[in-house]
This record gives sequence, structure tokens and C-alpha cells, in this order.
Amino acid sequence: MSAAWRASLQRFLITGPPLVYLLLFFGIPTLIMVLASLRLPGEFGGLAPLWETGPSGTELNLSLESYGRFFSDSLYAWLFFKSFLYALVTAVACLLLAYPLALLIARSPGKRRDLLVLLVILPFWSNFLIRVYAWMIILGPESVLTRTLNALLAGLGIAPVELLFTPFAVLVGLVYVHLPFMVLPLFANLEKHDPALLDAAQDLGAGAWSRFWRVTFPLSLPGVYAGTALVFIPAFGIFAIPDLLGGTQGIMIGNVIKQQFLDTRDWPFGSVLSMVLTVGALALAGLAALFGRRTRV
Amino acid sequence: MALLEIRGVSRRFGDFLAVDDVSLSIEAGEFFCLLGPSGCGKTTLLRMVAGFDAPDGGAILLDGRDVAGIPPEKRDVHTVFQSYALFPHMTVAQNIAFPLTMAGVGAEASRRRVEEALDGVSLGGMSGRYPSELSGGQRQRVAVARALVDRPKLLLLDEPLAALDAKLKERMQLELITLQKEVGITFVYVTHDQQEALALSHRIAVMNRGRVEQMDEPSRLYGSPRNRFVADFIGTCNLLEGEVAAHSRDALELRLDGIGTVRSSPVEGQVERLVPGVRGVLALRPEKVAISREAPLPGHNRTTGKVFDFLYLGDVTIYVVELDSGVRVEAMLPNSAPGRAKFFEAGDSVHVGWLPEAGVFLTD
Repeated sequence: MSAAWRASLQRFLITGPPLVYLLLFFGIPTLIMVLASLRLPGEFGGLAPLWETGPSGTELNLSLESYGRFFSDSLYAWLFFKSFLYALVTAVACLLLAYPLALLIARSPGKRRDLLVLLVILPFWSNFLIRVYAWMIILGPESVLTRTLNALLAGLGIAPVELLFTPFAVLVGLVYVHLPFMVLPLFANLEKHDPALLDAAQDLGAGAWSRFWRVTFPLSLPGVYAGTALVFIPAFGIFAIPDLLGGTQGIMIGNVIKQQFLDTRDWPFGSVLSMVLTVGALALAGLAALFGRRTRV
Repeated sequence: MALLEIRGVSRRFGDFLAVDDVSLSIEAGEFFCLLGPSGCGKTTLLRMVAGFDAPDGGAILLDGRDVAGIPPEKRDVHTVFQSYALFPHMTVAQNIAFPLTMAGVGAEASRRRVEEALDGVSLGGMSGRYPSELSGGQRQRVAVARALVDRPKLLLLDEPLAALDAKLKERMQLELITLQKEVGITFVYVTHDQQEALALSHRIAVMNRGRVEQMDEPSRLYGSPRNRFVADFIGTCNLLEGEVAAHSRDALELRLDGIGTVRSSPVEGQVERLVPGVRGVLALRPEKVAISREAPLPGHNRTTGKVFDFLYLGDVTIYVVELDSGVRVEAMLPNSAPGRAKFFEAGDSVHVGWLPEAGVFLTD
């Protein structure tokens, strides 16, 4: 067996399993989705048969009808835009909250740093839905938070407000759930910064503000892009949080897709919406990668 | 008035006294070296001058002004860091322009001065490169150019050549000497490499365990070490144990263990301490020890032994001679005779000799 042959076999054995996994559980389902988006809905939900033999002969049941429906109704474009806004606000809020935290963790001495990282990933140890249910209680009409807030508002002569089942509740949930995905890449980046660079900047006349904006922040941009992508993309298509916390006003595109498959049972249209979401998310990720590549570290 | 004056400065980390009552005075335009083994406190001292650390006691005066409480960014002092600490996201030109930008120098003037600084370190045409695209020597030059571009009063260099290979190191040493002469800025250079310190500096302070052991010009430091540590640390040195046998105003007789009575010359300032019976070491540089097959010329201290081993270094050979008493002495001979690589083989019987003024007796 030649060395080159053995090396390529080795490469295949290492990369093969994940490749097969991705092909089976991502590639093929995506292909099924593309095909489903071109088919017709079945009479009782699901998909109509691919071909039908009627009096006028055999017909293929393929059409762009579902795409036409998507582009003719501005409701869906609006829902996409709204979801985009939710995801964007979530990403920005996560960035603003996570950056100081990641910086604090990265600059903490060894033992305390490990503890803080542990605290950031601790929520992953309990079920996602349970954590969102907890927010339903915290934001609920009888909660301490809501009562205190409304008591304060009453003092100012303002009518009481509801927190749960509002866009605000959706945002709180989105930010809460995605925050670790922003903290971790930022921390991973900031931790690698050479502290001598800050010393050098200070030595050469830079105050604290300049040191941050001219050294720390530009060097952390790859972390910012990675964190933003990790928060933005899943937040764009999420349905569980608006389902539980959003009520009727807080609906996002993910909810509509879920409805198409489970309630309306219009699989082709659900597939069309998924396609648009996937393409949109891919385009944004590509854009982020492009930005990320232009900053050198 | 001295440009930099360090008065009785101490710095303690827990139980460890990193800098112990150090006083130095460095003149404007001087190339000054802080030399010592790692952990001797030289870098701590440098960081206190730069402003990254504060002394627990004593004062640091720059241009006659106490700098206590002035943060690094407000001190007219720049540092060249051991790792160079070039900003990886900035080009060479942006790196060098950094202190100018911080000082609010306009774009046009800044561009001109960056060009000049780049030419000054022979890096013209490199302005658009990123640090990752430079060699070690080029990075070092950028770091120096960046620290000199706004003409600080004082430049601190923290082992700036430690990461370079020997050949490049030598060339950069020459460049640094030339550059320092050209810009006339005071350099304070920290190193653990005694050869580098000897080659570069006007004056050297040898530090050990937080204290300055000796401060002198390179040649005096090498020729007249004040104590055993300095003699051992600077260059290589035979340290022959013994005691004072007799002492008059201009002659010193020593009784060396395993060698016997030899003549030496008294060191100024030590005359009173050299009473008979006082123990110490005779510090004798290998290049001042002669070995030969014939008896050495009269006037030399002499003894005999066998060549135990030798170290061929190309330009010179170091012979380790084991005396009849078992004491070992190193002698360095230049391989200057044409056509001859070395003079002795291991096992050869030789005479060993040195002049009375060749060594320095250092009391314990």
C-alpha cells in the first residue's frame, strides 16, 4: 500500500462518518424539501401523488403554485421581515450584554474564569422548554415582576401593562436562550488576545477608551461575527419561544412553517417557506463570512 | 542632571523582594544596560520606569520630575517589548503611526514621519505589510521604529533580541548601536545575555536578587569585577579558592588551595580588608592564563598540570588543565597560528602561568 494511498484512506476514515451523517440528515432532507416545495398539497394534507392517471392521460403533479402564493401575499414577506427584526434585535442585545461579560471572563484569573464559564453553560444542563416555561411564570400577570412594575406605573398614573404574550416577552426569551451562543465565541476570541498588545498601546499613549476601540474591539471582530451568526440564524427561524411567550402578536415565521406542516397540513407551502428561510439565512451567513474574512487576525 | 534617576526603589511581591533598594542614575544620550539572570528584578525595574508597576519604596525621577502616579500613557517613555507586541490587525505604517495618532498629530505630518521612521530602520516599501508577513528581524525593526517615531525622552528595551537567531542578533545589535547614536535618545536595555550587554552599552548595571551588584563600563566590569557573582556572570572565569598570605601597599601574596603561594595585585578600595588569613577567590580570565610545554617566562605565577579536556571553538580553543592537586584551571588560546588547529592533546603535561596583575582577588 503506497503512502499516498494510505494517507487518503486515513483522510477518508476521519472525514467519512461526519460526511455521511451530514448527507443523510441534512443533504437528503434538504433535497426532499426542495422537491416537496414543487409538489401539490394532498387532499387530506401531506403531498398529492407525484403523477396521476386521469382520462386525459398521465400527468405530473409538479408546479410553482406554492411559490406563487408566497410572492402574491405580502403577509408572508411581512412575517419574514418581522422575524428578521426579532433576530436582529436579539443579536444586537446579545452582543451588548455578552461583550462586557466575555471580556470580564477572559480577563479573570484562571480559577475564577473556569467558574464563570461554567455558569454561562450551566443553563444548558436543564431542558430548553422548562427554562422558557420559567419565563412564562416570571413574566406572567401574577408574577412579582409584573405586580411590582404595575404598582410603580400606577404610582406614576400609568395604566397597568401585561408582559407575557407580547413582542417584549418574545425578545426576552430569545435573548435569554441565545446569550450563551454569543458569550462563548466572544470569550474564546478575547481569551487569546496577547495582553502585551494592551500594554504596548498604553505605553504608546492610548487611554482606556482608545485601547478598547483600537485594539481589543477590532481584534475581537471574528468573535463578534461568529457570535452574531450563531444567535441570528437560529433566532430567525425559531418557533418554540414565540409559541410559548408571544401569544398572537408575537408570531414569527417559524410558527407559520410549523403550522403549515402540523395544522394546515400544506406541506408544499411549508416547504416553500422553509426554502426561503434557508436561502435567506445562508445568504446572511455568507455575508458574515465575507466580512469575517476581510478582518485579519 | 541625570535624565533618569532611580532612588532607593524597592518592589515586593508577597514575600519575594523583587527589587531591593536600587539606586541608579542614567545620563541623557546613554546606552545603559540592566544585566542579570532571570528573576533578578531587571524587568520589574523596567516596568516601574514605564509606569506599569509602582515601587513600594523610593522614587523614580524622569528629567528631575517624580513620575509616581503618572500612568504609562502619559509618560514620555516608550518600551520595545520582548514579543514586540505589534498590532496584528494594523499594517506596518498603521503600527508606526499609532503613537502619533494618540498624540493627535495630523494625517499628513504623521504620514511623513512614518516614512522617515521606516527609512530609519531600512524598511522603506514595507509600509503596507501586516506584521504576520514580516520576518523576526523586520518585526523587531518595526517595534523599534514605532517606539521612536514620536521621539520619547527614554526608550526601554526588554530583551528585544532574545527571539532572534545568533547571526541576526549580532546584526541587530550593530543596528541598534548605530540607531541610538543617530537619534540620540537614551536607551535602557534589559538583557540576561552578558555578551550582548558588553557589546551594546556605555554602562552596565549587573543585578542579582533584586540588587545592583556592580555598575560600570563594560571593560571595567569585565576586567575588575567587584565580587564573585559579577566575575562568574560576566564571561567565563576561573575562581581559585584561597586566602591572603601577605599584603603590603603594592603587592599581594595569596595562598591558593592546591596551587600554593602566588603573587597578585591589590584592588583599590579593598586594601584594608586584605589582611593575612582572609579567604576569597582569585578571579582569573581563561584568556589570561598561558599554557606551554616549556616553563613560562620569569615574572609569571607558575604551576604544572595535565590537559584534561579541550573545547575547540574555531577561533579559540579552551583547554581544561587539571593541576597536580586536582584543581582545574581553564585556559583560552587563540588559534591564530597559520596551519595549526590546536596545540595540545588531552593528557599532555603542561606548564600553567599567569601574570600577577592578570587576576583579581575577591574576598567573600
